Amino acid sequence: MQADPNLYDYWPYQDRPKIEWPGGKKLAFWIAPNIEYYEFDPPVNPSRPGWPKPTPDIVGYSQRDWGNRIGHWRLMELLDRYDMRGSISLNVAMCDHCPEIIEACNERNWEFFSHGIYNTRYSYGMTEEQERAVLEDSIRTVEAATGKRIRGYLAPALTHTERTFDLIAEFDFWYTCDLFQDDQPQPIKTKSGKLISMPYSLEVNDVITYGAQAMSPWRYADILKRHFDELLQEGEQSGTVMCIPLHAYLVSQPHRIRPFEDALKHIASHKDHVWITTGAEIAEHYRERYWDQTLGDIERRGLVRPGTGFNGRGAAS
Amino acid sequence: MSLPKDYLSYPNRKRGQDIDRYAMRYAPDRKPVSLPGGAALGVAIIVPLEFFMLNPSGKPFKHPGAMATPYPDLRHYTTRDYGNRVGAFRLLRAFRSTGVRATFAVNAALLDRVRPLIDAILEDGHEIAAHGRDTDSIHWGGVDDETETRYVDETRAVFEKADLAPRAWMSPARQQSRQTLDLITAAGFDICLDWETDTVPVSMQTKSGAVAGFPVLNELDDRFLLTTKNHTEADWRDQILEAADMTASEAPRYGAQVFGFTMTPYIAGQPFRMWAVRDILEKLSQREGVMLGAVSELTDAAS
Repeated sequence: MQADPNLYDYWPYQDRPKIEWPGGKKLAFWIAPNIEYYEFDPPVNPSRPGWPKPTPDIVGYSQRDWGNRIGHWRLMELLDRYDMRGSISLNVAMCDHCPEIIEACNERNWEFFSHGIYNTRYSYGMTEEQERAVLEDSIRTVEAATGKRIRGYLAPALTHTERTFDLIAEFDFWYTCDLFQDDQPQPIKTKSGKLISMPYSLEVNDVITYGAQAMSPWRYADILKRHFDELLQEGEQSGTVMCIPLHAYLVSQPHRIRPFEDALKHIASHKDHVWITTGAEIAEHYRERYWDQTLGDIERRGLVRPGTGFNGRGAAS
Repeated sequence: MSLPKDYLSYPNRKRGQDIDRYAMRYAPDRKPVSLPGGAALGVAIIVPLEFFMLNPSGKPFKHPGAMATPYPDLRHYTTRDYGNRVGAFRLLRAFRSTGVRATFAVNAALLDRVRPLIDAILEDGHEIAAHGRDTDSIHWGGVDDETETRYVDETRAVFEKADLAPRAWMSPARQQSRQTLDLITAAGFDICLDWETDTVPVSMQTKSGAVAGFPVLNELDDRFLLTTKNHTEADWRDQILEAADMTASEAPRYGAQVFGFTMTPYIAGQPFRMWAVRDILEKLSQREGVMLGAVSELTDAAS
């Protein structure tokens, strides 16, 4: 076990070289609906139970079922009205369980990225072979359902091993949503590949805001607007990224979806300065134009630490 | 299980506190303090810079904000790291635009890791205080003397190596052993931010001379209010401003008073909270009779 994962170098949020999003936009904005499947009777992972309560957890299970049956469609229609595409954080088994949802999203040219197979199958304790199998399954399953190659990754239930990032980089993923250290992307120090950390969010993620932070629907809309305003203003110095991660079983609840719409309306009203896009499009733009610029800046400041993720400070792998 | 016979004996049952660090003294009994310019209130903003390692022992208890899910808990590691990479720079910008001088209490383990942040803090003229080694080196009632002495001496040595000579000490999680005050004073710290005790700095006796306890208000701790208790940013701001107004209003009776409160970079420095940070700084810096300053400046002025 290591104190410091060494997945990225320290890079202070001051005097960074400028990032400009396409069309001179200041803020790249993306929405990540998590489309998840929680199994009724998941197998036991010794590090964490599949459900916090004894299985079967009928209340939790049926609310998530509702999220796919009712909630997803409400949210999708809402995004349609604002001409926004989702970047779906997908438990890829959804391609088998609810192909109609995948089809509807694909028709809209939404992006899909992997959020593991099921949200009840954690990475803790997986062998390298098992982790590889999850990635291969993710790529193959989404490609078969949509014809598209996934480029993003968010570990199922945010569970990792020390080798997760090296593996997704090797499988030519472009971005990871698992790291929350910044409001701008940054190259990740992997053994191979070209992987960046993509600003996702826990702070304005509906699971946290409605759940742990116990926010009312109106308060959530208010903090989304304030978060957006601040990042848009900072984007004048150098382009920032804002993501709203969502879960239809939460945000599409009847007491929440209309207050949430207020936040979208606010964001859409600034579209002259905001690049409303997807995770993969941000990653593609960044990797092409700003990968070298960022690494060069970190080097110029003398902040490069040797080694790659979990290979310690300077330890050769 | 029965209780020992002496369970109902009370050897320290006498006037004042049951410790010998300082004598009891009520507000009307103290010599009134004056602050520069006749200020009624001195306010110190404490910015804790903490290193939350991915593999803490969690002993004897988990530091607030420490890792919560099985290793590797990258989710909590990186959300805490956000404060030292991004949030702290937002706070610095807000301090700069309102002319506020703050006190950054820094874990020794961060000095090397975030040197550009330390340089930016020094360049803007803020004070740096020591915040112990890291969030997993807790000073507590059960720590042995040798270990705790090592925690303090190593902290001093790491700051020295970084060309820093902090006067003020804040313990990780603001937890102490019975000896902590003796050890930090022996190591050259003359201000401690762990004891709330009074509304002016309190001189506390140690084996190596006196150390001033500068009061930091536990009840206004931003991590506690905003993340544990889910207060809104507006309520957080209002409580700080109310504390300032109320304390300042007592000046005619008790003389000038002081307090500190925290702004934690990974919490206060979130984009959606910065409006409240700016509002607090603007309103406090415009309040008649309020002096915003670093803890050493306020302690010297009020001692």
